[in-house]
Amino acid sequence: MKSLEELMALRDAAKAKMTAREDSTAVTRVVVGMATCGIAAGARPVMNRFSEEIEKRNLTNVTVAQTGCIGMCQYEPIVEVTEPGKEKVTYVLMNPEKATKVVVDHLVNGNPVVEYTVGALKK
Amino acid sequence: MYRSHVLVCGGTGCTSSNSPKIIEQFEAQIKEKGLENEVKVIRTGCFGLCALGPVVVVYPEGCFYSEVKVEDVPEIVEEHLLKGRIVQRLLYDETKAGAQEEVKPLKETDFYKKQKRVALRNCGVINPEDINEYIAYDGYQALAKCLTELKPEEVIQIVKDSGLRGRGGGGFPTGLKWSFTAANKADQKYVVCNADEGDPGAFMDRSVLEGDPHCIIEAMTICGYATGATEGYIYVRAEYPIAVKRLEIAIAQAKEMGLLGKDIFGSGFDFDLHIKLGAGAFVCGEETALMTSIEGNRGEPRPRPPYPAVKGLFGKPTTENNVETFANIPTIIREGADYFASMGTEKSKGTKVFALGGKIKNTGLVEIPMGTTLREIIEEIGGGIPNGKKFKAAQTGGPSGGCIPMSLIDTPIDYDNLTAIGCMMGSGGLIVMDEDNCMVDIAKFFLNFTVDESCGKCTPCRVGTRRLLEMLDKITSGNGTLEDLDKLEELCYYIKENSLCGLGQTAPNPVLATLKFFRDEYVAHVVDKKCPAGVCKDLLQYKIIADKCRGCTACARKCPVGAISGTVKNPHTIDTSKCIKCGACMETCKFGAIIKE
Repeated sequence: MKSLEELMALRDAAKAKMTAREDSTAVTRVVVGMATCGIAAGARPVMNRFSEEIEKRNLTNVTVAQTGCIGMCQYEPIVEVTEPGKEKVTYVLMNPEKATKVVVDHLVNGNPVVEYTVGALKK
Repeated sequence: MYRSHVLVCGGTGCTSSNSPKIIEQFEAQIKEKGLENEVKVIRTGCFGLCALGPVVVVYPEGCFYSEVKVEDVPEIVEEHLLKGRIVQRLLYDETKAGAQEEVKPLKETDFYKKQKRVALRNCGVINPEDINEYIAYDGYQALAKCLTELKPEEVIQIVKDSGLRGRGGGGFPTGLKWSFTAANKADQKYVVCNADEGDPGAFMDRSVLEGDPHCIIEAMTICGYATGATEGYIYVRAEYPIAVKRLEIAIAQAKEMGLLGKDIFGSGFDFDLHIKLGAGAFVCGEETALMTSIEGNRGEPRPRPPYPAVKGLFGKPTTENNVETFANIPTIIREGADYFASMGTEKSKGTKVFALGGKIKNTGLVEIPMGTTLREIIEEIGGGIPNGKKFKAAQTGGPSGGCIPMSLIDTPIDYDNLTAIGCMMGSGGLIVMDEDNCMVDIAKFFLNFTVDESCGKCTPCRVGTRRLLEMLDKITSGNGTLEDLDKLEELCYYIKENSLCGLGQTAPNPVLATLKFFRDEYVAHVVDKKCPAGVCKDLLQYKIIADKCRGCTACARKCPVGAISGTVKNPHTIDTSKCIKCGACMETCKFGAIIKE
């Protein structure tokens, strides 16, 4: 260790791996419905895709969590994205490809993918 | 990416209640469910709420599972980690939010909400055996700042400005201590960390070493830079195997990364650290005895002056600080002196860690800003006294300290307030006593400890404490007189004034403090020959109330010495000459017919 810069680079890399332990109100949360209905509809590959993409793109401010049945079993896999201080966005009928698009458009660029949301479905 | 982190407490408390097995079981179950690339299990230091151990915290939800058993692990893995359903029945009661999917954050519970964690900031948060996690939480930045931006005298000025005082008990200003060593010129100087935590009931230093060993390494290196020392020793009790192991791992990792050793941060500054195991003598917590012990000699204190800053370890200028004192240093340097000085009272800045023990619901480790009252600690953070008993007193400072009675429970805790009421901050053991504790017996307990631990070098301590103990024995056996109380007090002052080191000078404190606040209990022992709390066996008698006794014979069958006689369905009697006062009959009786008085 020869400089503060070297230490700070190491810190940032190490911190990215510890986002899960941050205060949950300060980070973006991706919550995947993983009840029987969700799992049967293919929620696990969706969740795994989120994890992979988030790691690949070095998003240090995002955690992935599971939850139980949200109550709209016919629209599983359901994924909720909550950004600090913003309205929750609920995505329905997800698959791994859609997950990648949500990561790129919503998490990286800040534009929710409206056509995948529960709102679009009802129209 | 590990989406979930399972933190299992690996402090001494939870380790002894089986947390290593819990970790093994988690790893096995996670593997079985094929989650090993999604979920990471981490062994941390102490969370503080030892009463509810073993503790498991699952992130990102932040679920605080308490009193987890090995058998509970499959359910947590299956329900929570695989299906995302929080196991409500294992949640710490206070974090239950009502709704199935929600948990209340730990920091909003009574135990945590008044705490302010500086020295313990990483305990229960990071993996102490992984230097990267320490670095992720801003570790070693303070050291980098000192070595690359600050001059040694500037570092000392920051520590002075912060108002940090020695957390080992004395309360000496740390910055001033450092400046004394810095001012002395020598070919070699040393930094010593006192981790010889010996007060009964105190485990703050152990928890810091177990939970965050790198912060001690960082702080000692900073101290070395500020005072001109290039070598350091950590004197730690051999009875703390987990702490020793984690320190060894931490030192090896720091050396490998170049955070210890030669030319740290390219500054040309060298620093090396050694661990020295103590053999468990209480007197070795005294600074001069500790250094004598490191040198390889019998741990006995020597007169001061010369102070260690002039002539310390191996005859060289030495700075010695306690573990908790060092644990505050990185935060002070990183966040600035003003941040630290913004907490606490006028003359006692920052926070203090206390090990809560005795008759209190939430036994464990708490860190509070100086100036918090004892009532807040006991009633709010500690959760009060169990079994609806009444608070009697709190003992602080271990065998060197005194006690705080009910009448002073609203005293804001800081160095000067405690000294003013004849008590002392001490290292941070806080033992709560209720109405069932006899204060004479408590004084006897601590004195027994000092008699055992007196090194024997000076007469006032070696002989004096033993005479004190004999007098207390006389009182608790019912043979004391009022004159003995005066003699007791006189001898206390004599020992205080004439002993060589801190051990002897403070040994009479528990007696003096209990005499001051609970003289009536002493008087009851000598005049009425009664122990009001019902503890001192020689002054007790067990009796059967004939009206309440149904003659069930349960007590007679339980009595180990056959002191109870009587026939079925007729009131029994206790033969007091045979009775050994074990209390077994009283516990057995379902009708409350047996009393002690």
